[in-house]
Amino acid sequence: MTAYSFSVNGMMRTVEAEAEMPLLYALRNTLGLTAAKFGCGLGQCGACTVIVDGQAVRSCSTPISAVEGTKVTTLEGLGTSEKPHPVQAAFIAEQAAQCGYCINGMVMTSVALLAQTPSPDLGQIKEALAGNLCRCGTHQRILQAVSRAAGRAAP
Amino acid sequence: MISRRSLLQAGGALVVALSAPAAAQVLADGDKALGKPLALTELDSFLAIHADGTATLYSGKVDLGTGLRIAYRQIAAEELGLASDRIRLIEGDTALTPNQGPTAGSTGIARGGIEIRQAAATARAALIGMAAEKLARPASELEAVDGEVRPIGGGTGIGFGALVGDRRFGLKVDPKAPIRPVADYRLVGRSLARPDVPAKVTGRHPYVHDFVLPGMLHARVVHPPAIGASLLAVDEATAGGARIVRIKDFLALVAEDEWTVVKALGTLKATWSDSRTLTGHETVPEAMRAGPFEGDEVVVRKGDPGPVLAAAKVLTGTFYWPMQTHGSMGPSCAVADVTSERATIWSASQSTHRFRETCARVLGLPVQAVRVIYLDGAGCYGMNGHDDAAADAALISRAVGRPVRVQWTRQDEHGWDPKGPPQLLSLTAALDDRGNIGAWRTEMWLPKATANLPNIPLIGPQAAGIVQTPGLSTGLISQNASPPYACPHVEVEVHWLKDAPLRPSNIRAPGKIANSFAVESFVDELAAAAGRDAVEFRLAGLSDPRGIDVVKRAARLMDWQSRPSPGPGGVGRGMAYVHYKFNETYVAIGMEVAVDRVSGAVKVQRIACAHDCGLMINPDAVRAQVEGNILQTLSRSLFEEVTFDRSRVTSLDWSSYPILTFPDVPKLLIDLVDRPNDPPLGAGEAAAAPVGAALANAIFDAVGVRLRSVPLTAERLKAAMG
Repeated sequence: MTAYSFSVNGMMRTVEAEAEMPLLYALRNTLGLTAAKFGCGLGQCGACTVIVDGQAVRSCSTPISAVEGTKVTTLEGLGTSEKPHPVQAAFIAEQAAQCGYCINGMVMTSVALLAQTPSPDLGQIKEALAGNLCRCGTHQRILQAVSRAAGRAAP
Repeated sequence: MISRRSLLQAGGALVVALSAPAAAQVLADGDKALGKPLALTELDSFLAIHADGTATLYSGKVDLGTGLRIAYRQIAAEELGLASDRIRLIEGDTALTPNQGPTAGSTGIARGGIEIRQAAATARAALIGMAAEKLARPASELEAVDGEVRPIGGGTGIGFGALVGDRRFGLKVDPKAPIRPVADYRLVGRSLARPDVPAKVTGRHPYVHDFVLPGMLHARVVHPPAIGASLLAVDEATAGGARIVRIKDFLALVAEDEWTVVKALGTLKATWSDSRTLTGHETVPEAMRAGPFEGDEVVVRKGDPGPVLAAAKVLTGTFYWPMQTHGSMGPSCAVADVTSERATIWSASQSTHRFRETCARVLGLPVQAVRVIYLDGAGCYGMNGHDDAAADAALISRAVGRPVRVQWTRQDEHGWDPKGPPQLLSLTAALDDRGNIGAWRTEMWLPKATANLPNIPLIGPQAAGIVQTPGLSTGLISQNASPPYACPHVEVEVHWLKDAPLRPSNIRAPGKIANSFAVESFVDELAAAAGRDAVEFRLAGLSDPRGIDVVKRAARLMDWQSRPSPGPGGVGRGMAYVHYKFNETYVAIGMEVAVDRVSGAVKVQRIACAHDCGLMINPDAVRAQVEGNILQTLSRSLFEEVTFDRSRVTSLDWSSYPILTFPDVPKLLIDLVDRPNDPPLGAGEAAAAPVGAALANAIFDAVGVRLRSVPLTAERLKAAMG
């Protein structure tokens, strides 16, 4: 067991863990941040996505040792129901969630996209979300939400 | 996390902690009502009015991501005369909600909502009656508005809270209590925002996966490498820091922390017997023709198609829909707290009330000693692994004497969730001399659902040697297997199979997707053989004005030009129509595709859908269901088949079982027909049914090649194009 220190949603946190333990378990079980979801443990679906130093990463397959000294942002750190982040506000405006299990990954991946590409076109949004799976079929609303957050007309 | 736990004790029985305090509060408030009536006949089973004028609605059906959470509030609020945000909703808790049956079959509104409406209408009449007494005015001069009963036309009223104030009504639900006329609706028919969306989008919505109890252990189930294998030996030294729980062939790992149990799952060495009970997925259609059979059943018979088909030039086609998984984004999860005397289970079950009885049987407890509490899971679209995982959790909790959380892995869910059954249809039809359908015969091979099966045999209890009633569950899979168009001679015969290759269960729009794929593809073949336009051919055979309306609307959305198929090449278009179960929702779907003739890859460009489900409680929630039905079924049609060898399922992740991704998503054009004066018919399933045929018909129109087996993959299309 080693102590790993990193910033989570703006607060320095220290977690005692084995080096290879995925970040997801530290977030969900040690820090009580359950927005990131276990979907596959294989990096295939994106439900566990968090932002590490500006990059969207899969916390199910990112060892905790790899985030030492980094800045981690989770969905909880973006905003609240009362004060949502603009991307979250766009998802709410478009009612872009059914079961909502994948939505953590959709929002986090979109936030990372918009930080690098502030005004993506529909093709760029689809490409950025290509590795995020949704089973309910909420895709069109998610695309509308990201377009809205980007200040573009609905696709 | 411990600092975030709120420990609540209520009703003397239940200890709850949730990382989301708001959710814990809801559960705690609910527990104050323990002991309330639960019978479907009692008003108090459904509704409580509190002293502060708010209300609590108790629903046995649950919101599976479908929008019932707002729709039920709208229905109740409308009838009561109360703002919808003044109503709390408790869903699927067996100790608090009436048993309204499973949340399945697209019945959430059509049955569950109607029951709630009648209860709320009964309550309104009762409230008006109470106020009449207090105000000393006839009830006919009073109305219930904005949370109070007041004279019609104005004057001082009495608030609901003052009238009832946490006391029970003590009344039966009155089936004749007048419901508000549609013309007076203020809330029903409006697209109010779903209350759970902000919490879902900001990471605060409580899922069963996030639920924590004090002292809770984490568990994983070790499924065998082959279906039906017996556990021969376990090397205990390979479990790392995890504890092994073994009950006959049921094997699980338990630890205080989740990572320990995840690691142990990777290191554990267990020896299992060889088991080769399967035939491989490629052989399923031939195996279905071979039986063994329960028997044959003619489910539709009109006229006598035999002689007509014997005398005429006939078309034939054999269609196959493979086994598919529910594909929930979150593998199943449940938390159980079981002692020798009682059990409490937190589960995303579609049917907590039924699972309560199942759980009681599995644990050998009286039903009264079991409480199942619904918490959201990942969308399930039928019975995925949620009940299996809950039974696993119950068995392990009892074995270790602590609360236990079971989280299935991705491989568990893909490998072991019950699957949508395979369906094989052989169709024969003839055109009459005017180019209409003259005679039609459907012969279908389907696994037979076991009558009165108390529950799908669950794999954990089965491995543990607990006796369960054997049998199959499939949903109603023989419906919509005949053409929804005029035809004087029609027969549908089912060859009921005794078994299915893998354990089946209901999957969204059970059977109707495969049957509509076959029927509406074959109708398209008949239209093409007659040299007629596919929309005109359908309209010529329709007499139900609502059916005609949706076909015309979908065609209009697509700017459909009349001509026979196949077209001149380039973009292909297809149409398909369903009258769901022949007595529910009407849907027409048009699709446009481009086909890469070299690779066989299909690019779906646009999908148009006209949808008539009668009264819409919340049109935007209906729209979301229609979008979801279309895109999920497009995925099932284009990509999905569960693969297996002699021993095991081999499509165990999203790489070996691919589903629709964002680059595959077409533009959706949806036209919701507004018929507020007609009963609500359901939107959870119907739009799924025509998707496969619309796609196959569009491919045929584009390249002149007919695919009759799903998935309609590039490889298959390339091979078919030669």
